[in-house]
Amino acid sequence: MASRSQGPAREPLLELRDINVRFGAVQALTDVNLKVYSGEVLALVGDNGAGKSTLIKCIAGINIPDHGQILFEGKEVRFTGPRDPTALGISTVYQDLALSDNLDVVANLYLGREETDRPIPSISEEQMEKRAREVLADLNVTTLQSPRLVVASLSGGQRQSVAVARSVMWSAKVVILDEPTAALGVAQTKQVLDLILRLKQQGHAVIVISHNLGDVFEVADRIVVLRLGRNAGDFEAKDVDRDDVVAAITGANIAAASAATPGTATPTA
Amino acid sequence: MAAESPDAAPVLTPATIADQEAGPVERFRRRVTEGELGSLPVIAGLVIIWITFQILNPNFLSARNLTNLIVQIADMGTIAVGIVLVLLLGEIDLSVGSVSGLGAGVMGVLQVKHGVPALIAVPAGVLTGTLVGLLQGFWFTRFKVPSFVVTLAGLLAWEGLLILILGTTGTINLFDPGIDAIAGNFVSPAGGWIIAAVGLLLFLGGMLRTRQRRARAGLETRPIAGLLFRAATASVLVLAAVYILNSDRGTPYALLILLGLVIGFDYITRRTRFGRHIFAVGGNAEAARRAGISVTFIRMAVFTLAGTLAATGGIIAASRLLAVNQSSGSGDVLLNAIAAAVIGGTSLFGGRGTVWAALTGSLVIGSIQNGMDLLALSAAIRFMVIGAVLLVAVTVDAIARQGRASAGRA
Repeated sequence: MASRSQGPAREPLLELRDINVRFGAVQALTDVNLKVYSGEVLALVGDNGAGKSTLIKCIAGINIPDHGQILFEGKEVRFTGPRDPTALGISTVYQDLALSDNLDVVANLYLGREETDRPIPSISEEQMEKRAREVLADLNVTTLQSPRLVVASLSGGQRQSVAVARSVMWSAKVVILDEPTAALGVAQTKQVLDLILRLKQQGHAVIVISHNLGDVFEVADRIVVLRLGRNAGDFEAKDVDRDDVVAAITGANIAAASAATPGTATPTA
Repeated sequence: MAAESPDAAPVLTPATIADQEAGPVERFRRRVTEGELGSLPVIAGLVIIWITFQILNPNFLSARNLTNLIVQIADMGTIAVGIVLVLLLGEIDLSVGSVSGLGAGVMGVLQVKHGVPALIAVPAGVLTGTLVGLLQGFWFTRFKVPSFVVTLAGLLAWEGLLILILGTTGTINLFDPGIDAIAGNFVSPAGGWIIAAVGLLLFLGGMLRTRQRRARAGLETRPIAGLLFRAATASVLVLAAVYILNSDRGTPYALLILLGLVIGFDYITRRTRFGRHIFAVGGNAEAARRAGISVTFIRMAVFTLAGTLAATGGIIAASRLLAVNQSSGSGDVLLNAIAAAVIGGTSLFGGRGTVWAALTGSLVIGSIQNGMDLLALSAAIRFMVIGAVLLVAVTVDAIARQGRASAGRA
């Protein structure tokens, strides 16, 4: 496993140490470690059932680890519910995006946090629209003609952009994206990958869960592999090739080395 | 690779983009083809209905009959405002008819049997609806019983309660001048003109203020011509209405109550956080919950409002009929209110619609009933015609939705 090459002085923004999660008889995660740095895109990969979602839910405050520590900016934190990580600036965009189709982009970005005028408590549409335009422009979301469009009229990539914009506009430091490119077309996938790189440029730490290694190699700085609830690899994306990652995902590390022998190569998942 | 669908056009439909650049005529044409009809079908329907009945009976468009029509729809419209709110939430309230009868019954019993002054009896009737709505909303949110079932139970139970409180009397006649004034009094002609002028000035001022605020925030503004067009249209409609009403008995109190409720709730739904959250819950309750909105509070509040508005409508009806009896709020009261909201353009599936639908939809139903009354048609024919109109309205809505879907705005 490759170790980080960017010098020992840097402190991880978010660190998970020896995380163990058990659901009844099932040991979902065993001694899992994870470090994420600011301005870095970390791809979390693994086969179905590898524990990716369980791990993400630990960070999102939905699963509470049985053992292990979570450190945020070097200090240990304990999450008792989804509100705790949000308050620290850890924001998760789930696959279903949780947008209201019948409302426009501005309303979705501000959903639950609408700003109001005084003394008559009406929604400050102008301020909200102005800020929405700025946030979208900062993220280089250029395909959206107007933030006044109803979400129902947007493409999949645009919806993903809106969901991501909503998560970062409330000063998120860590953004977790669950399968952000699943079910997107070529051009829309490109939009979302550009958006991820943009988040990195802005100094956010980004954790991307993906099944698509092509996308992973395009944006990730580091690739962490989980297999059967354990760490199975931590690679610098630029130092590793696809086959090594696939081998780590499928548990074929040794088999891959001796792939010449027929019958032992690449076990099926 | 997940990139299989050849959806290489991440931009919006050209029509949507052009919508912001095109003039009003072009914008109108696109809305029709894309199913963004708004209140257009109902206005068109109303014009057709009025012309038809005017041909069949020349008294239909007389000032006297139009004034009667306005008073007749005030109770239906008030109840329909509550139905619109509930439909925006993606729910239904089947109890509003019974609750309207119960509210009127409580008011009537207190005032006539117990000699309570109207100033207390009327709010007590309204409050009855509030409590009933609160109870139903609580039951729906607490036990997760579908609103359809909770309010269906209410439909029967509150009608029973009305019969119980009326006791052996059966019918209570209302003679109190305060109660009778609600649907029976009219604002003087001068008063009507003043109210209309103030209302129009506020409308124009509101539009100018919004425009100014957008300009100050550096956002694009609509062309001033469009704004003036809207102001002129509103002025013509309002002033013509006041003129017609003044040439009979003046502006009915009942119309002012209905208009006040419609304008007030239109503002609440479009411009306040509470209203925004109603739309959010109706559009995607799970997304609303995750955004930190209290879905339970919104649902209970809306059912409480629906009950309150239903009782208010019932009191207006009692004032118009000068009586409360065992059949108050039964019959077609519920169906008319739901039909009005839907005919006015409120989606049955939640999250789409405007409070104005309560007014326009009630005008359509009221006009048909009033016109058929003038023609002395039988109840058999009237029921079938209203049923057909409701079906046409829902069909127009369904076709419009298909238009939205094919334009990518499902």
